[in-house]
Amino acid sequence: MSSSDAHANNPHLAHHFDSIEKQDYAARLAMWLFLATEVLLFAGLFLGYTVYRHFYHETFHEASRTLSITLGTINTIVLITSSLTVALAFHAVKVGKNNQAVALLVFTVLCAIAFLVIKGFEYRHKFEEGMLPGQFYSYKEITGPGANLYFTIYFLSTGLHAFHVIVGMSVLIWLTLRIKRGAYSPNHYVAVELGALYWHLVDLVWIFLFPLLYLI
Amino acid sequence: MSQSSDPEAVPVYPAVNYLNADRGVWSWFSTLDHKRIGLMYLITALFFFLVGGIFAMAIRLELLTPGPTIMGANTYNRMFTLHGVVMIFLFMIPAIPGVFGNFLLPLMLGAKDVAFPRLNLLSLYLYWTGALLAVGAMVMGGTDTGWTFYAPYSTSTPTTVFPALLGVFILGFSSILTGLNFIVTIHTLRAPGLGWMRLQLFIWAIYATSIIQVLATPVIGLTVLLVGIERVGGFGLFDPTKGGDPVLFQHMFWFYSHPAVYIMVLPSMGVISDAIAAVARKNVFGYKMIAYSSLGIAFVGFFAWGHHMFVSGQSPFDNGAFAAISMLVGVFTAIKVFNWVGTLYRGAVRVSAPLVYICGFLFFIVFGGMTGIAVATVSLDVHWHDTYFVVAHFHFIMVGAVIMGFLTALHYWFPKMFGRMYHEGWAMVAASFIVLGFMATFIPQFLAGNAGMPRRYYMYPERFEALNVASTAGSSLLAFGFVIIAIYLIYALRHGAIAGDNPWDSGGIEWMTSSPPPKENFHTTPIIVRDPHSYQGHGEEVEHVVI
Repeated sequence: MSSSDAHANNPHLAHHFDSIEKQDYAARLAMWLFLATEVLLFAGLFLGYTVYRHFYHETFHEASRTLSITLGTINTIVLITSSLTVALAFHAVKVGKNNQAVALLVFTVLCAIAFLVIKGFEYRHKFEEGMLPGQFYSYKEITGPGANLYFTIYFLSTGLHAFHVIVGMSVLIWLTLRIKRGAYSPNHYVAVELGALYWHLVDLVWIFLFPLLYLI
Repeated sequence: MSQSSDPEAVPVYPAVNYLNADRGVWSWFSTLDHKRIGLMYLITALFFFLVGGIFAMAIRLELLTPGPTIMGANTYNRMFTLHGVVMIFLFMIPAIPGVFGNFLLPLMLGAKDVAFPRLNLLSLYLYWTGALLAVGAMVMGGTDTGWTFYAPYSTSTPTTVFPALLGVFILGFSSILTGLNFIVTIHTLRAPGLGWMRLQLFIWAIYATSIIQVLATPVIGLTVLLVGIERVGGFGLFDPTKGGDPVLFQHMFWFYSHPAVYIMVLPSMGVISDAIAAVARKNVFGYKMIAYSSLGIAFVGFFAWGHHMFVSGQSPFDNGAFAAISMLVGVFTAIKVFNWVGTLYRGAVRVSAPLVYICGFLFFIVFGGMTGIAVATVSLDVHWHDTYFVVAHFHFIMVGAVIMGFLTALHYWFPKMFGRMYHEGWAMVAASFIVLGFMATFIPQFLAGNAGMPRRYYMYPERFEALNVASTAGSSLLAFGFVIIAIYLIYALRHGAIAGDNPWDSGGIEWMTSSPPPKENFHTTPIIVRDPHSYQGHGEEVEHVVI
């Protein structure tokens, strides 16, 4: 049968799939479903944000003014750039330019590190000023009800996002090492594609967090 | 194909099958075979069913008399928490998808395995990890929040809650990965000729279930995470004294936990749809309607959660909207019920244990469903909220429908899984105990609830005593039925009659291979040339009935 030929010719084809196209399609579909679960995970926090912003409109507005729009904007640019470079890296693997892909992925990982460092500076500032979640809140300038909740949601959502940055970054580092070892080729690149998709999600979540927390 | 279609042929037990293809304990714990994974789910789920059942019996014993009977208030709170968490998160949610979904999905698709066998094994290990954490924490720390973990009580009770929450979080991962795996499998691994409209109805039900698992579970994940963080950090997210809103917790909790009802009941409906055709030896009546109504329930189920919060200070508009949407679930369920009854009508009905459970299922889903419409009516719910009426209602769905579906599946596919038949006579006896015991347990609870008996108290006024005694007596019948089942099924594992490939003369694709199936399911990839559940015109292999 033709499927047994396909298995003999392609070591990447699992025994229960007929063709590599179908197997790759399955992997992509699974990734998209997984990304949907991630969106819904963050949706809970967005819901909390919406409800408490509605309850404590004035305070939320005041509290969001304490964030540094400059640092937030820089971080947004950093993440969008990294999304571009990861997409280019994926394209490079697809056309067989593995060295270029490695360089682009290294740049992406550097962007991720830069993002975390900037976020770390922002966090340090909050800690020094006492702009902390719930009962640890001790910032004197904003005292209205809900200020503690704003910073609770700020830390939870940016913290959960930062966790995703770290996971995404680890995946990209792993992919970089694999590409260096020549694990991927123009015929076999779906893992890189999935890693890039995940990184886009990390970027996308920030695209929503940035305006909600910093701008409005 | 099957030799069982020839009445003269002696059924043969296949010498090499998935059960003995690889040997040794490690070959089980490291297996990627969906059938073995399904079997390990079965053993685990049955274990937790036993555990949850023991807690249930403890609750019933305590309620035998109006005063304290065998335990105090604190122990009682722990008992109903353990019962709820174990039955819902450890038994019902993984039971049919984890056990029969895993075992049957690739068989019914004519595939060799699920799309991601390693992920599948990971789901099982996550299930074990979450289960250990949750049960361990609850037993050691005495969690007393109820399975709903309502804040702010869950964020302030001195008992151990955090590890239980973590357990639920991990179980959620397991559930998501299983759902994701199944959706991708159904999309990519259908045998040649197996179009969407040829899928067996069990597959449609599992598909609808998987969508809910994937889309709803992340929200409960985040919710229990927030409760956990709240306990540790005291941020005040759900604490009104710090500006938080406990009703927000309820919204987030029920956004998952209402659809979770359909994670539990939809697979059961799928089981009934498949088994009823084999039992009636007749095509399923209204195939498309049953298939689409599964998706309909999954869809509508996402927008009905507010009916749990009619007395939580929702606006009257929200209450009305949630009530109306909840009633739509009844419409989709009724479509199924009519079609099931239509399938039985003028079929050559095979009197067997699955038939008894199917009839029980039909009665319970109608009764439970109708009382569901009743409690979804705002004015009535205000009266019944937090009484035993609600307890009886959801047990009609959770035990009545889900467990009947589970038992139907267990009996109907037992020969597929193990290649042997259970003893039909004992099975009928046990089924009678279970159906009657169930009614005796829960019908009195409707009456007690309607008369005003609140749930979750270990004592009650004396006027409820007769009803509670009846309920406890019924639960003993129910438990006795399960003991009989356990005995004859374990006996049948070794000593049951050899079943042959297709003892039910079923038209299902899973019966086209030997029982138990070989390691890779089919010796050659099946090519599907006929419609699902077709008991007419599929040759002489299966006897069929012409209306």
